[in-house]
This record gives sequence, structure tokens and C-alpha cells, in this order.
Amino acid sequence: MPQDTPGHIVKSYEGELKRLREMIARMGGLAERQVADSAEALVRRDTDLAAEVVQRDLQLDAMEREIEQFCVRLLALRQPMAQDLRLIIACMKISQDLERIGDYARNGAKRAIVVSQQALTGSLNGFERMAELVQDNLKGAIDALVSDDAARADAVWRNDEPIDGIYNGIFRELLTFMMEDPRNITAATHLLFIAKNMERIGDHATNIAERVHFAVMGEMPAEERPKGDTSHSAVAGVR
Amino acid sequence: MNDVTTASMSGIETRPDRGAAPSRISIRNLDFVYAPGLPKALKGINLEVPDRRVTGMIGPSGCGKSTLLRVLNRMYSLYPGQRAEGEVMMDGRNLVSGEVDINELRAKVGMVFQKPTPFPMTIYENIAFGVRLHEKLNKAQMDERVEWALSRAAIWAEVKDRLHTSAMGLSGGQQQRLCIARSIAVRPEVILLDEPTSALDPISTLKIEELIDELKQDFTIVIVTHNMQQAARCADQVAFFYLGELIEVAPAAQMFTAPKHPKTQEYITGRFG
Repeated sequence: MPQDTPGHIVKSYEGELKRLREMIARMGGLAERQVADSAEALVRRDTDLAAEVVQRDLQLDAMEREIEQFCVRLLALRQPMAQDLRLIIACMKISQDLERIGDYARNGAKRAIVVSQQALTGSLNGFERMAELVQDNLKGAIDALVSDDAARADAVWRNDEPIDGIYNGIFRELLTFMMEDPRNITAATHLLFIAKNMERIGDHATNIAERVHFAVMGEMPAEERPKGDTSHSAVAGVR
Repeated sequence: MNDVTTASMSGIETRPDRGAAPSRISIRNLDFVYAPGLPKALKGINLEVPDRRVTGMIGPSGCGKSTLLRVLNRMYSLYPGQRAEGEVMMDGRNLVSGEVDINELRAKVGMVFQKPTPFPMTIYENIAFGVRLHEKLNKAQMDERVEWALSRAAIWAEVKDRLHTSAMGLSGGQQQRLCIARSIAVRPEVILLDEPTSALDPISTLKIEELIDELKQDFTIVIVTHNMQQAARCADQVAFFYLGELIEVAPAAQMFTAPKHPKTQEYITGRFG
């Protein structure tokens, strides 16, 4: 339910708020691409693509700094109130989430290079599926911000459980591979970290959704977020 | 050891709690007209003014906030044709019904205006003048009262060596603090401030704001301001008026971060038609 409000009296301020949304949309787009490419580099054993992901992360870092500086400027010059204040604070924090998402994608890409040099153990379908879900959520959260759509943000916020489910499956599978043959340990350990990175990216996407909800509605989501990561108590061999 | 799980780091949430004070003035179904036949300048206002708290009133020009302030000490009664109907209850009596003596009311409810209005007399006489109307004090008592009022208004240190020089020689900010001292000298219960800092420089403004924070320990304060940040900083509760109606009243923190009414939101973010 996009919110409809009249434009700001000060047109340049209105323009700056619009620009802020565009900056977040651009940064969000790049973060999505990093997540996608990182997963693809892993699945296709494409070390060139992985290297590109590592290289591109610098752009995300620069964007985060730029957004932060822009927000500080807006706070100082415009003394924003209510929805504008909430939007600016949300964007500042979302840029941090996106920067961290970029770090996880970069780390995954580095590990993908190592994994590509190891014998492949089992299928990487779970990783592909997980990356798709994470990207959907990330895209949904950023779109929700750009269109002031709290309902869309809420949908993302509630949709993290399937990601956790796939992560739990990957975790157990990799434990089993390691027990079957110690030569799998190097690849499996890196894969575990990659899976965990993706699960964390999903969590950051829900963070972004939470902030969008706050920016639009003026209050945090009332209920507790559904969580499904049970790997903390997983034991090898128990299904 | 401090309880780290329940202690708040910012302490900010203690501020809205201050809004839970007993009501000092209860306004119920208040209507106001400037002249017979003219539309109502206030329409069915219901507002509780909490005791020893700051109530901020905001809204675009002509929305009725200054009118309401004028009703609270019956400033309008100077003008024939202006009429208030409804209840403004203070100490069990209706201020607008005429049952309260106007001089008694003005001693209880003091007012400070947008532009400093010192009397063309000495600093000392500016304070003593009003006190003499209400109380008989000897010289020592009067000296004491003048010092008390000037000290409470945070201007004593600046004027104590020139009490018997003209108040017109003070700066704008000093004159405004003198006017606040003059209004508190008669020991009112409520102080009405009508844009008290709009004619002052930023430093004088901050001094007045600091003073408001100090004065709310003892006085109930109602402030009309066009400066939104000022309302956010000074007020415990904020009321937003539009076209003679009270649109929304809420704790200041909520009003400026997440107001409920779309009109309030549009006004405070500067998206007003």
C-alpha cells in the first residue's frame, strides 16, 4: 500500500529525498548483482566472475560512504521531521546493511575460487535456490523502500524462513559429506561458510524490510519475526 | 550492579512519561468568535494542559493557536464582540464564564508576547510594578522578590548592577527575559508564551529555551511557536491546530517522529498546501 503524500514546499528538498531513494536503489541493485554473481561463480566454478565480484565490492563501500555523507548533510541542512526523518535514518542504516551484504558476497566469491579447485562433492542446487530466494527478498525490500510500500516490506520480513530451511539442509548434508570422507573437509568447510554468508545476507534483507516498515509506518513491526535457523543444535548423523 | 537488561541508555522514554501529570487547565468544547457573524476562530476545542509541563501549540498562521492563548487569560475581553463559549476549567472554575475576576486571573495566568514589551521605566520598576498591583510588600520584601524573579528568569547576573537604569537599554534577548521575570514576579501558576523567541538571535533563543526548561519545575507553561525544532525541544506535549480545530495532541517525541494524523505529518514536514 504505497503512501500518498503531497510534495514538499521546498522543491530542492523534495529532489534531495528523491535522490536519496535513487542512491539506495542503485546500491541495492549492485548488492543484488553481487549476491547473484557470487552464487553463479560458485555453481559454474567461474573464477573470473568470482574475481570480478571481489573487485566490485569497493564500489559498494564507496556508495555507503556517499549515502552516509548525503544523509548527514540532509540532517544538518533540512532538519527533517516525521516521515522524512524516518526515511533518512532508514536509508543511512540500510546502506550499512547493503555494505555488509556486499562483504558477505565478496567473501563467498573468494571461497568459491578455493572450492573450484577442489573435487565437487554433491550437488550445489541448494546454493542456487538459496541465492535466488535471498535475491528476491533483497529486491523486494529495496523496492518497498523506493515505493514507500510497508505491505511489501512486511512480506519480505515474513519470508526469511524458507532460506533458513535450505540452510539447515545444506548444513546437515555437508556434515555428512565430511564424515564420509575427510578429503571433503576443505571444500565442505568453505561451502558451510558460503551457506552461512547467504543466510546472513537473508537476515540483512529482513533488517532492511524492518527499517522500511518503520520509515513508512512510524513504528516497528509488532510481532516477532519468524526464524527457522536450527543449525546451532544440529548433530552429524541425526536426521 | 546496574540491571543492564532493563536500564535505558538514553533515558529518552522518561520524557513522554512526564506528560502523565494531572491536568492544570481543562478545555472542553471551546468555541471562539472574533465578531458576531464571523466564522468561528476556534471550533470545539478539547485539550488538557498538564500541571508543571510545557504544552506546545503549533499550526499555520490563522489556525487558532494564538487565539486559544488569548482565551486562557481572557485577553479578548478588552474587545467588545469577541466571545468565547465552552469551558476552560482551572481550580474548579470556568475562566470564560465571567465568574473569575479578571485581575485575579491575570495574576494566576501570566503572558509574554512575541516582541519584548518592557515598560519605559527602570529594570527594578518593571518587576515591582506588577507586584504592587497584587501585593503589599515592604522595601526589603520587594527587593527580595525582584531578585528572585530576575534570578529565575536567568538575567539577574547581567542586570544586578544596573537595576535602576532604564529597561529600554537592554538587548532584545535581555528585554524578553525581563518580560518573563515580570510575568513570574507575581507568582502566577501558568505562563503563556506567544512566540517568545521569534524576535531573538539564536543565542538568546537558547537562553530562553533553557529558561523554559528550568521554569517548568514550578510553572505550567503553554508556548506558541512557529519553530518546530523549538517545540520538539521544549514541549512535553504538542498540540497541532488547523483552521480553528485541534487536529492532534501527543507527546512531543511522538509528534515529531511519527505523528498519527496526515495533516500533522504534512505540516511538520513542510508539505503543506
